[in-house]
Amino acid sequence: MIQGISIYHFLIVSSLMFFIGIAGFIIRQNLITILLSIELILNSVVINFLVFNRYLYPNQLQGHFFSLFIVGVAAAEASVAIALIINIYRRIRNIEADNVNEMKY
Amino acid sequence: MTLNVLMFYLLSAIILIFSVLTITSRRMLRAAVYLLFVLVATAGFYFLLNYQFLAAVQLTLYAGGIVVLIIFSILLTGHISEKFKKPASWKLWMGIIALVVGSTLTLWTLLSHNFVKSTDIKAVPVDMHLIGNQLLGLGKNGYVLSFEIISVLLLAAMIAAIVIAKKEKSQKSDTL
Repeated sequence: MIQGISIYHFLIVSSLMFFIGIAGFIIRQNLITILLSIELILNSVVINFLVFNRYLYPNQLQGHFFSLFIVGVAAAEASVAIALIINIYRRIRNIEADNVNEMKY
Repeated sequence: MTLNVLMFYLLSAIILIFSVLTITSRRMLRAAVYLLFVLVATAGFYFLLNYQFLAAVQLTLYAGGIVVLIIFSILLTGHISEKFKKPASWKLWMGIIALVVGSTLTLWTLLSHNFVKSTDIKAVPVDMHLIGNQLLGLGKNGYVLSFEIISVLLLAAMIAAIVIAKKEKSQKSDTL
């Protein structure tokens, strides 16, 4: 519990951040920018986990640990995605999402 | 207005402004740097919520690791000065509609819901001793299974990244 800030303040910020990430996912065509939007979405989810843990169940650390695991999964996801992007760039000299269908067999 | 509240509004302003800039900036390197600001401000949120360990993890892993990785991949896959072409207008409108409709719906649900906190529970102090004991604990409040699963996942992701990004041997070197 934090003096002067209610749970709603944090949740409003995190949900706005989530939907900004979704909008970026739809608007952008570059694969790396799509990856940036995914990072925004994951971060807003982590804020939600921590806020619920702190405000509603401060006697346990469940939200804390799952946020830790989300950060780990995000690192794994980013490394694999960047490896894929570099490989795609090597083949078709371009990382626009519209051109990636050339990877299909 | 106490310092807490002031800090909260400052951090949330940074988060919202720079996340909008991340998705609207037409230069990729700038978008990555704006994302870095968002991640650092999020770490500030964790400090505000008294989760110091997670804030440190956020700063080292996200701000230090992932953003550097993304910047490297930007430098490897294009020119820094390159600007994106403007997105198609139907795509732009679809994104804006998703943003407005989704956030309106979520905020309306959120603000009409009353969160109740059970009154008799006592907050635990989040220190490193407790985090270590619970992360590797087997009994109640133990997370050793998820810890093992995430370690196997990280190993698999590391091997996969190496295998995917590895350059294939050219035909010439095969015949030699």
